[in-house]
Amino acid sequence: MSCYKGKYADELIANAAYIGTPGKGILAADESTGTIGKRLSSINVENVESNRRALRELLFTTPGALQYLSGVILFEETLYQKTAAGKPMVDVLKEGGVLPGIKVDKGTVELAGTNGETTTQGLDGLAQRCQQYYTAGARFAKWRAVLKIGPNEPSQLAINENANGLARYAIICQENGLVPIVEPEILVDGSHSIEKCADVTERVLAACYKALNDHHVLLEGTLLKPNMVTPGSDSAKVAPEVIAEYTVRALQRTMPPAVPAVVFLSGGQSEEEATVNLNAMNKLKTKKPWSLSFSFGRALQQSTLKAWSGKDENIPKAQAAFLARAKANSEATLGTYQGGALSEGASESLHVKDYKY
Amino acid sequence: MHETQNLHCKGILAADESTGTIGKRLSSINVENIESNRQALRELLFTSPAALPLLSGVILFEETLYQTTTDGKPFVDVLLENNVLPGIKVDKGTVDIAGTNGETTTQGFDSLGSRCAQYYKAGARFAKWRAVLKIGPNEPSELSIQQNAQGLARYAIICQENGLVPIVEPEILTDGDHDIKKCAAATETVLAAVYKALNDQHVLLEGTLLKPNMVTPGSDSPKVAPEVIAEYTVAALRRTVPPAVPGIVFLSGGQSEEEATVNLSAMNKLEVLKPWTLSFSFGRALQKSTLKTWEGKKENVEKAQAAFLARCKANSEATLGKYVGGSGGDLASQSLYEKGYKY
Repeated sequence: MSCYKGKYADELIANAAYIGTPGKGILAADESTGTIGKRLSSINVENVESNRRALRELLFTTPGALQYLSGVILFEETLYQKTAAGKPMVDVLKEGGVLPGIKVDKGTVELAGTNGETTTQGLDGLAQRCQQYYTAGARFAKWRAVLKIGPNEPSQLAINENANGLARYAIICQENGLVPIVEPEILVDGSHSIEKCADVTERVLAACYKALNDHHVLLEGTLLKPNMVTPGSDSAKVAPEVIAEYTVRALQRTMPPAVPAVVFLSGGQSEEEATVNLNAMNKLKTKKPWSLSFSFGRALQQSTLKAWSGKDENIPKAQAAFLARAKANSEATLGTYQGGALSEGASESLHVKDYKY
Repeated sequence: MHETQNLHCKGILAADESTGTIGKRLSSINVENIESNRQALRELLFTSPAALPLLSGVILFEETLYQTTTDGKPFVDVLLENNVLPGIKVDKGTVDIAGTNGETTTQGFDSLGSRCAQYYKAGARFAKWRAVLKIGPNEPSELSIQQNAQGLARYAIICQENGLVPIVEPEILTDGDHDIKKCAAATETVLAAVYKALNDQHVLLEGTLLKPNMVTPGSDSPKVAPEVIAEYTVAALRRTVPPAVPGIVFLSGGQSEEEATVNLSAMNKLEVLKPWTLSFSFGRALQKSTLKTWEGKKENVEKAQAAFLARCKANSEATLGKYVGGSGGDLASQSLYEKGYKY
């Protein structure tokens, strides 16, 4: 059997291609209630609905920022929220030319018999949920699979389980009009070399694309959200050009050209690191038949959060910080970032060991 | 290894017919299947004036690797002096897979490493291994896909360990009355399995080539336009072949010389992102007219060489999307399809 050819095929292809528009990328603002609580508490802000709403409104109404975004990933609560003036967040985004996306996974659970490896849950009733999200205005989805590097990790079981989960999620999304972002995150934790990360990334991506083929997923209507290929968090850092070379090579060896775009996760990288690395990849002169862009959460919001600190009077400052990072990353997708779009916290590492959403 | 693959406007002549197979070709022009005739045919091809610059490689059968021209010059040297890489067929044919409906796997692993090392010493720089699949109600079966994909991957890594660029050939036969969509689905499934197997076995993709079938309707189905073949073929490749693979060299299957060239040209004209070169690795589709023109007679060599050059030129233009058609006569348009074709 060939791949998905159902009623949403053309729309999926168009939306996936749009998200990969050079000069644009994705803001990952889909932190679950628990996770956003950690962010808010780091700036001494109470984790209540009005504060969660206020933060997202701050981001989405930043003057001039939406032009640098092709999509925003939302948590379910946010999909149904409105601005203080009563306008649905979804409409704010759409009017700004930004596609609303929705996180659809329900977190990770451990795989028995492994050394802390996980698989991701959320397939139950996924089709119905996707339909509801489509009705509410969502046009793409995201599902985060997590793998780690260790002496015996990732195990074949973890790779197979996560690849299969991603493929099942992907086809269900497509059947219901949502472009699936396929996210096989390999955590940066560890003292391994960049070569090891490259080797693991290539194996994991090859397994993902085999699974997507097995499940008849229409690749032209998907996006990939991988980790960049870097040394482990406990290893010596390397230059952005080296990260760019290893990362792009891993993609060349595994990602078919039918996939229109890659939107990198930032992992624990600082805002500046993530941007500089993305920029280096786009400067690299080699075969890249897909666009290379961003889907950053922490790496787009860190300075903004710090500048805001939950106070209305700080909103202009915070929005200026957000605009600066959005613009920087837009330039990085074109390989024209000159560096230095810094504000407080832009160089701060955002690595949290064994990070859990 | 990477320098061997600059296929821009060049392609491969598949002249690796086994002794049995070349016998069938020779008998079709009433020529006896003896070593001197086999040598004469290959000498005719390799010394065709102006043809070698249009070729990046020639696949040889083992016997030919060690043959010389009548003047005593090794064929390998003739090729190398003209910047054509000698290649070598290393598989040992297909055998049936029990419990399937005539599906096969390919043999040739025994001592493959040391054979590759010997061939490398003799001047070969790439190899070829043909896996065969077919389309049917229950075919290609998962077993056949797995066996052939794993076989290609084992062969590929062994070649690389011994200095030979492996051409990975998963041929899906055209036999059948299926439509082009069915062929596309089978091709995508097979290629996805092949690239997963290559990854599993740690093959360096940058040092390989792919030799696939074009995506076409079955031999018993109505034909479609070259643009349609181009569209389905390139879509299938875009969905499965990672950009690290530098080049794709199509097999011609049972297509006539002209069909194969026209289809290849249509693919290269297609305005869509193709991060690998699209070229040819033709056997029958490069030699048919040449054989018929030669008829085994010395006085026909020049004419036969002109026919060969014409096909080489046509296919070179096709790699640039510039072939306008018509460079052949009736012979070039003759279908070369044989049901259940076996080498």
